[in-house]
Amino acid sequence: MDGLLAIPRLVFDLGSYLLLVMPDLLPIILALATPLALGALCGVINERSGVVNIGIEGIMLTAAFTAYLTGFALHEALGSGPALWLGIAVAVLTGALLGLFHAWLCVTVRADQVIAGTILNIAAFGLTGYLNRLVITPSGRGGAGVIPAVSLPESITTLPVVGPVIAMFFEQGPIAMSVLFLVIGLQVLLFRSRWGLRTRAVGEHPRAADTVGIDVFRLRYRNVIAGCALAGLAGAYLTLESTGSFQNGMTGGRGFIALAAMIFGRYTPIGSFGGALLFGAITALGIVVNVRPPDGDLGTLMKSIPSFWYAALPYLVTVVILAGVVGRSRPPAADGIPYVKEGRG
Amino acid sequence: MRPAWRVAKLPFLAIVLAMLVAAVIIIASTVFTGRGFQPLLPIFAYLNLFLGAFGSGTAITNTLVAAAPLMLGGLAVGLGFKAGLFNIGVAGQFLAGAFASAVVGANLAGASSAIAVPAALIAGSLAGAALAFIPGFLKARTGAHEVVTTIMLNNAAALLLAWAVSDLVGAPGFSFPRTGEIGNAALPVLLGRNLHLGIPIAILAIFVIRWLLERTTLGFEIRTVGANPQAARYAGMRPVYLVTLTMTLSGLLAGLAGAIQLLGVIGFYASGISASVGFDSIAVALLGRSDPIGILFSALLFGAFRAGAPLMQINTDVPIEVIDIIQALIILFLAADLIVRRVFRLRDRAPEIKGLDTVTRSWGDQAAR
Repeated sequence: MDGLLAIPRLVFDLGSYLLLVMPDLLPIILALATPLALGALCGVINERSGVVNIGIEGIMLTAAFTAYLTGFALHEALGSGPALWLGIAVAVLTGALLGLFHAWLCVTVRADQVIAGTILNIAAFGLTGYLNRLVITPSGRGGAGVIPAVSLPESITTLPVVGPVIAMFFEQGPIAMSVLFLVIGLQVLLFRSRWGLRTRAVGEHPRAADTVGIDVFRLRYRNVIAGCALAGLAGAYLTLESTGSFQNGMTGGRGFIALAAMIFGRYTPIGSFGGALLFGAITALGIVVNVRPPDGDLGTLMKSIPSFWYAALPYLVTVVILAGVVGRSRPPAADGIPYVKEGRG
Repeated sequence: MRPAWRVAKLPFLAIVLAMLVAAVIIIASTVFTGRGFQPLLPIFAYLNLFLGAFGSGTAITNTLVAAAPLMLGGLAVGLGFKAGLFNIGVAGQFLAGAFASAVVGANLAGASSAIAVPAALIAGSLAGAALAFIPGFLKARTGAHEVVTTIMLNNAAALLLAWAVSDLVGAPGFSFPRTGEIGNAALPVLLGRNLHLGIPIAILAIFVIRWLLERTTLGFEIRTVGANPQAARYAGMRPVYLVTLTMTLSGLLAGLAGAIQLLGVIGFYASGISASVGFDSIAVALLGRSDPIGILFSALLFGAFRAGAPLMQINTDVPIEVIDIIQALIILFLAADLIVRRVFRLRDRAPEIKGLDTVTRSWGDQAAR
């Protein structure tokens, strides 16, 4: 190997390899980013209104389980289609209920918000593991499967240039597709609507918001509940759109990576989505290298990296990004601080 | 007696309430099992839980063996709380400690116990300390919140250690990747079948940390940084140094927990060994109010839960995971102690749960530093 030139050459090869596999990579990235983006949106709505939520992981896991359980219990009676849609509804409801619980602990009880999130995480792990062992494992039956992607007529998918892009978009299931609309919608709402202005006011300076007549408690409750409903949707994605099965602890830290994506995205919906895509891309790389390794020196190098390292990479990158970016990513001023009305305990 | 009851009243009532709520969950879930409605099931379940934990000499030693790593893990989390840090990375540091002690132990398997045991214990502690140094340093230097970084490192450590044991240090001749036999590095059994040296080590650590926190300048500085970082800075203390050092010490304890569990109970490292000590330790530290003596007692309680749970699952079919539910409920009732006060109609102001109010604040400080 000719020493000096080897490294730029490898970087160039990596770039052209990524361009080459991008059409294969992109759907995988979108799929991997979906639960992270939904979790990050939950974080954005919560923290923009001044409530820290590290229980996203637990909410996702619980909702993933209730969604699966609904499909599991009803798909024989109703058919798998209605059972799956009911499962998604139940997951969103589960998220909202856990959000109500979190809001109660953080807003009304004024408990420590990090501890409140930890309670959600431990309880979710215990409760889903408990019910899984009690109800699903002994039955030996399967769930309702996964939501089928919308199939498009050939006249659309064969259109030049835009055809494959549209097809790829529709290959994603309904939850993954909804993420794109949610991200754009929330970005507009947060920065261009009355609700958004009030939410940011409550997260930055609740006393001032209260003075001009905004009900701080009510807004925080509503936002935490709405945000957690999205985390519930992320749970439904895991069991009903992505894998079709439930395993104990299957969220595997996604709720926390979502928080990192949120911080990376500077507490904005679009930025968080970018963070989620970045983590999705890192994970997808490990998958594609196995399926379609590049040729030449780069291929030898990338194949020599053990799969465990690719698996650990998203977690390590999260740490590096947090350390690098966090100084420039400012959380809302009143984030994590319970609001106390003047003249009350 | 009176002052002791005053301190212990809220935690005790929180435990009682948690077990009552868990009993309701157990009863409610009987309808799913196909064995019909069993309103008395919690009584049998808790009875078996108790017998499994205290019903015989073996049961009691099992409880002590399960409590030892929880004492060290609880100290690790509790020490962090004292400095306003939330180390959720105990699970990863535990694995790092277990791995390092397994590798050193396997290499010194033929040496004399007087060398092999201390060397393996030290290796485990240092590995835990090294892994915790990273989030501690990053928190102090850049403000990266330790809750996220430690959890990411938990996942990364589990994967990288799985790689190390399968590709680097795996012993030949086994059907799955694992480290070799630890031979003389195994902790000596002091009493009965399995009461190993790790138990006195853990109890000793309780008193060492108590001494550190209450009788040394460093302990005073750690508590001051936790209570009020601004004041600590004005008083000439160095928060950056103290945060890094506290996190590293916390990891040292977690690594030691992994080492005694591996050298005293498991015997070899393989990916997938249980790191439930990690999350149990959070509950232990919260229930013990971050106080070393409180941690001693709450570790014994959770050790009893862990030791008794298998008998409960075998005899009554109540899944072991009910222990996690009870834990979450105990933390809930501690964090929201107004529930306990209302349910038991407490009029007097029992002392509030300390050590919980210093954690979230640092979240907002991410950028402020």
